[in-house]
Formats: sequence, structure tokens, C-alpha cells
Amino acid sequence: MSLIEFNDVSFSYPNGFLAVDQVSFTIESGENVAIVGQNGAGKTTTVKMINGLIKPTSGKVYVNGKDTADYTTATLSREAGYVFQNPDDQIFHNTVRKEIEYGPRMLGFDEEKVQDLTQQAAHLARVEDYLEENPYNLPLSVRKFVTIASVLAMDTEILIFDEPTAGQDVAGLETLQHLLQQLQAMGKTAITITHDMDFVKTNFKKIFVMANKKLLRQVSPKALFQDRQLLEQAMLTQPFIMQLAEEIGLEDDILTIEDFVHAFSKNY
Amino acid sequence: MVMGLIDLKNVTYTYPLADEPSIKDFTYSFEQGKFYAILGANESGKTTLCNIIRGFIPDFFQGELTGEVLFNQEPLSHYTLSELAPYMGYVFQNPFNQITGARDNVFEEIAYGLENLGVAKGDIEKQVKDIMEMTNIMSLADKNPFELSGGQQQRVAFASILALSPDIFIIDEPTSQLDPQESERIFDIIHQLKNAGKTIILVEHKIELISEYADEVLVLEEGRLICSGKKHDVLSDISLKERQIDLPETTLLADALRKAGYNIPEKLITKEEMKAALMAHIKGVSQ
Repeated sequence: MSLIEFNDVSFSYPNGFLAVDQVSFTIESGENVAIVGQNGAGKTTTVKMINGLIKPTSGKVYVNGKDTADYTTATLSREAGYVFQNPDDQIFHNTVRKEIEYGPRMLGFDEEKVQDLTQQAAHLARVEDYLEENPYNLPLSVRKFVTIASVLAMDTEILIFDEPTAGQDVAGLETLQHLLQQLQAMGKTAITITHDMDFVKTNFKKIFVMANKKLLRQVSPKALFQDRQLLEQAMLTQPFIMQLAEEIGLEDDILTIEDFVHAFSKNY
Repeated sequence: MVMGLIDLKNVTYTYPLADEPSIKDFTYSFEQGKFYAILGANESGKTTLCNIIRGFIPDFFQGELTGEVLFNQEPLSHYTLSELAPYMGYVFQNPFNQITGARDNVFEEIAYGLENLGVAKGDIEKQVKDIMEMTNIMSLADKNPFELSGGQQQRVAFASILALSPDIFIIDEPTSQLDPQESERIFDIIHQLKNAGKTIILVEHKIELISEYADEVLVLEEGRLICSGKKHDVLSDISLKERQIDLPETTLLADALRKAGYNIPEKLITKEEMKAALMAHIKGVSQ
């Protein structure tokens, strides 16, 4: 059985608003997946069903063999950690250290393990220098990394990041890239929602494309950015370099500046 | 020095209890009707600068401010924050700080500022509707602002400032949670504001949109203005890459092509400019 399995899953809010419409997919242990699609496509609602923050109104979600309908969010949060889109929905301690320690302590780990996990998480999220600071004295982009660290410290097999690229500078994007590589090396399963197509093209092999509450396709970056119809359906745009390559008549599979220079010098 | 709409002269600012200033000896003249983009790594002082221009510093945040901040050639400190409100609209980075919570649906949230400015009831309804259409949030009219997604809240926060129609817009990362289409739409609105003679001061990481729409670019590093001027001069400066400043793909590509031996014209920053240069090269080769 796959680590995560969605079978024909829909979710409607109590007021009848349909947010996710008949979505089916599987994610294997150790995969690194991006979810893309416009605002309101159903991305956040879908991932919240993985750690049980919400339960499907029809269909089945299995995580590590558990039918999420039969388990509490507290139990499921041991399988999947979810980093909220807005860090301020999540932060409630007055130092970064306490914020990060809270999760592993709640899971009942002994003190030594709590400290180890806290240290490792702070290191991975590059917030070690801020451990004694009040999170609310830190800029939003750093607070985001504080929430990432606090979820990493829970040592779950699955990690879900909701728009971690939002508002990040060059250094922040590098930290995220490094973090995803480390998680891969550790055998963790990561799911990242993002609008940043440049980040997508360099960091993921598998992309879930969502639009209008449905999962349209699971594709590679090249397949996604070459498929005009799919891009249009999901209201996505090609990376800049690919647009330029096409407009001047180079091959249509150019994703990086190196690809571009190579193809250009071959032709001209 | 030319007197602008907003002039900062040798401005240094230190937050209360901070060891070091967040803005160091900053001098710049912002002119009426121009679109300024402020770049820099996080914590380089971008939001602090916005707060100084809007007068939240030192009124709200205190700390130590030295140097001169002038609005229409008069010290900004001569105005109260509420006196500045009709002139300067500020869109916060985090929409949660913007949304008042005083009203329980999006329509009323956007109307709230207009009510406070004493706009007639009949006019408010029309203005709010126009703004909601412009920002593509008509479908959210009856929703509670706090039940919206981050991206939706960001658009509502932006709309509530647009509705006030100030002369100067200070906008701190308005698109951080928006998808590419919605980001374009926000930039399109900012562009329209500029065409209507508004002054725009924007903090934003989306460099391709800045290279297309802004007039001037200011780059901050650890509180200092390290580079400023016309966007073509600033954004084509490849040395900024080493200082962790995101540059347009065209600038990076131009650099890579030059290193590969191509003669690429200076100061290209947009895709269209690069395309024209490459087409000219191709034409030259095929002749």
C-alpha cells in the first residue's frame, strides 16, 4: 500500500461549499511532490486532509494504512506535519526555542530526544541564531522558517509545506531548496504547495496540477511546461527562459539558463 | 537636490532596544507620479523604510529617528497619522494586520475606510463595487474576511486601500501569497494607478514584474541604500547577484551569453528587450 492514498475524495464545507472534488492519487514513501494551481484550486484543503485537520465528506484518505476517518487529528499529526500558510496561525510561544520544542514534547519524547530534534530542526531551517528571540520580533519570512522548524522537530514521516516560497528572498529560497534535499536524503516524504514556477522547475520531479477543485494531472516539470493546454487550464505560466526560447525558435524543452546558452550556441 | 514629494535626508533609525540602526544614513527623493520598487534581502530595512515614509515610525514604533523626513517639503512630523491617511495608503505585508475585524463581510470591510472618511452612502456602494471588480473579489462580497484564504485576504487588504484612493501608495509585498495570474493583476492595477498620477512605493520580490513596470529601483543591504536609480541601470548590474539580490532572468542570461562569447547589448532587463537583441543576432548570423 502507498504511504498516502486518496480514493475519490471530496470535501464540502458545512455551508455546502465544495472545495475538493473527487480527487484520487497516491504518494509513495520518500517522494518529493509539488502541488501547483491557482488560488482557490483546492490545494490547501487537499493537504489538510492528509494530516486529518479536515476529513473527507466523501471518499477515503489513507495515511500509512490508516483510514483518516477513524483517527483523531492528534494521532494523524504523528504521521504528517503540516506547516501553515500563515505562520501567525501557528506560532504561540514567546521564544523560538520553546516554539520548536513544543511539538516533540507533546509527542512524549524524552528530554534528550526533544533537545536533539530541536537542534536538528533549527539547523535544517537555519533559525539557530534566533533560538532565544521572540518569534514576533522576527520578520514574516523568518517566522515561516520558525514554523517549519517546529514541524520538522516532530520527526514525522510526511511533511507538508503550504506556500513556503511566499515572500522569501534569495537566501530563503536557497534554505528551502537545501531543506528539501536534506529531507529526501533522510527518506522523508515532502509535499509542497507553491506558486513559484522557477522553484518548481528546479526542485521537483513530480508535480500535481490542480484546478477548479480537481487534480488535473501528475507530471514532470518539462511535461507540465510544454503542455499549453494544461498550463492554460491551471492558469499557470511557463518559466521565463522557456518562453523566450520558444519565442526565438529554440527547442521547447529549455528550463535553465545553461540549457538556453547551450541550445543557442548550437544553433547560432 | 531636487525637492520631491517625499524627501528623506540622512535618515537613520534604530528600533527601541536594538543594538544597531535598521536604516542607516538614507537619502532619497521620491517624486510625484513615479513608481519606485524597493529591493533587498529580508531584514535589509525595506519594511522599516516604508514605516518611516508613512510616519508609523516614530509615531507608533518609537525608537530613535535622526535626519529629515519631508512630505511636500514640510517635516512629516507636522502631520498626525490620521492627517496623512487621505494622502498615503499603506498595504501591509501581512493582510491579517490590515483587515479591521470591525465588519463581518468583505463588502463592508472595504467600505469601512470610506465611511470613516465621510464619503456619502450612495457613492460608497459604487466605489466599493468598482474596486471589487478591479481586484477580482466580487464573489467574496458576502464572506467573512477572516474565513478567506491567504491570497484572498491579500486582495481584500489591497482593495480596502485602493478604495481610499490616496495619492501615494506604500505597498509591502502585495503578491506574496498570490498565484502568477493574480500577481499580474495586482501589478496591472499598480500600473493603472501610476498612469493616473499616483506615486507608488513598492516592496516586492517578483523581479520580472518590477523590471517591466517600475520606474526606479532602490536596493537596500543591512539598512543602507547600496544602489538606486533608473531600473535599467540598477537591474542590469550583475554584481548585485553576489549580494544576494534577485535579478531579472534577462540580466542573468545576458551575463551567461556574454561569458559564452556573445556580444549582447548593455542594460537589457526585460524579456522583450532580450528577445529583440537575440533576434537581431540571429538575423545577423543568417545573412
